[in-house]
Amino acid sequence: MTVSDWLENAIRDADTRGLGSLRSSLQALAQATLALRRADWNADASADRAPTAPGQASPHV
Amino acid sequence: MSEPRTIVDLARALRERRLTAVSATSACLAAIQAGNPSINAFITVLGEQALADAARADEELAGGCDRGPLHGVPVALKDLIDVAGVPTTAASSVRRAHVASADAPVVTRLREAGAVILGKNNLHEFAFGTTNEDSAFGLVRHPLDPTRSPGGSSGGSAAAVLAGMAYAAIGTDTGGSIRIPSAACGLVGLKPTLGEIPTEGVVPLSTTMDHVGPICRSVADARLVYDVLRGAPPTAGQARDVASLRLGVPGGYVRERLDEEVLARFDRACERLRAAGVGLEPVVIPHLADAPAIYLHIVLAEAAAYHAVTLEHTPDAYTPNVRLRLEMGRYVLAEDYVRALRGRQVLAAEVEAALDGHDGLLLPTLAMPAVPLGTATVRVGAHDEPVRTISMRLTQPFNLSGHPAITMPCGATSAGLPVGAQLVGRRQATPALLAVAAAMEPVLSQP
Repeated sequence: MTVSDWLENAIRDADTRGLGSLRSSLQALAQATLALRRADWNADASADRAPTAPGQASPHV
Repeated sequence: MSEPRTIVDLARALRERRLTAVSATSACLAAIQAGNPSINAFITVLGEQALADAARADEELAGGCDRGPLHGVPVALKDLIDVAGVPTTAASSVRRAHVASADAPVVTRLREAGAVILGKNNLHEFAFGTTNEDSAFGLVRHPLDPTRSPGGSSGGSAAAVLAGMAYAAIGTDTGGSIRIPSAACGLVGLKPTLGEIPTEGVVPLSTTMDHVGPICRSVADARLVYDVLRGAPPTAGQARDVASLRLGVPGGYVRERLDEEVLARFDRACERLRAAGVGLEPVVIPHLADAPAIYLHIVLAEAAAYHAVTLEHTPDAYTPNVRLRLEMGRYVLAEDYVRALRGRQVLAAEVEAALDGHDGLLLPTLAMPAVPLGTATVRVGAHDEPVRTISMRLTQPFNLSGHPAITMPCGATSAGLPVGAQLVGRRQATPALLAVAAAMEPVLSQP
């Protein structure tokens, strides 16, 4: 799910639940989620090795 | 004679029979009675029980039973921490009917060390905020300026120590909630290594980032309380020569959003440290700027999971702002939570790398002085920043990484508001961090 799709769904759900005042908070969270997804540590399933936690052995070793 | 200022001074006075635990406790209770109606630092005061505990402490000392440096010392607890038979309100109407069935392990350790429990401190509801303005028991006011917040979420705890209502207070720190109010109030606040102090019997905010630790008036006091909280015998600690210290000083993200006066006081403190022989070297933590996004996804998701049932059944029992924040957490996707966990590991490794070859990392604790009550944003440099976001900017990275961190006062603004310097040490090496802090403290506190 893209962040924009997620935000649209979340705002609609919040409105349905009577939590329309969540809109600006959800928009702020969406910005943080975009930053999180752009970070260079994220996994890429097309890469030849899965990411490992720093300091941990690779599962492929 | 005047009241001792620190635990170290009080402990000496008790053993030299210049004071009794009852008189020290009575003085704290008198300060609470005088100051609490305006400051609102305490939700529950255990006056009679505290005096009885203090009398027992005096009898034991007179009989030759000395439980150590906290014997007879009046302390307070953030009202997230269980005391048997006493409500743990978390400053929320959600828990108005709660009474703890047992002491939290940290309370057991304090009692075994002879500490006198004065009562429970006000806080930001469920520790989910940095100003204490959202509390079912009313907001907490800064003892130095009642129009300002003492910081939070352990704001009642810091206000109590600053106002002479307790010699130390036990707080919790998930994104900075010990260090933020300690810095805003000119106190010493210690967040130990993640997992070092038990969080059992403590109402959680984020089960993977919550820390318990002391708020005190000196590094030596913080060391004494820390030793008790971790259940270790008190130790003198390895003294460090200040001139032997090498500290890493992160720039970039750290200096991008700082109040001008905070920056000036911090830089002046760095100059004093250099003059004392401390080696200060620039270090880089490449993903430090990603900390807020990583933190947000973890804390929101974990807090929402804990509160899901009460959000469904008693949503109106929360203060409006905290309810909205918790509801926001229910929209965090699992994939983004996992991304945040991965980012957390990357950040922790980078902090560890920055510590390589250094005795600690040095940075400001709080980007601005204590903020005025009733404001959602605060001007920092050329930017208007949300109070909550800017308050945690420099503290939350070390909740994510799990490294121990301590704040110490390093000056005051022209308006007399305290400024704090934060020192970060290696994981599982909190005693070494405290030794470095103790060496730096006299230099930082110079005018």
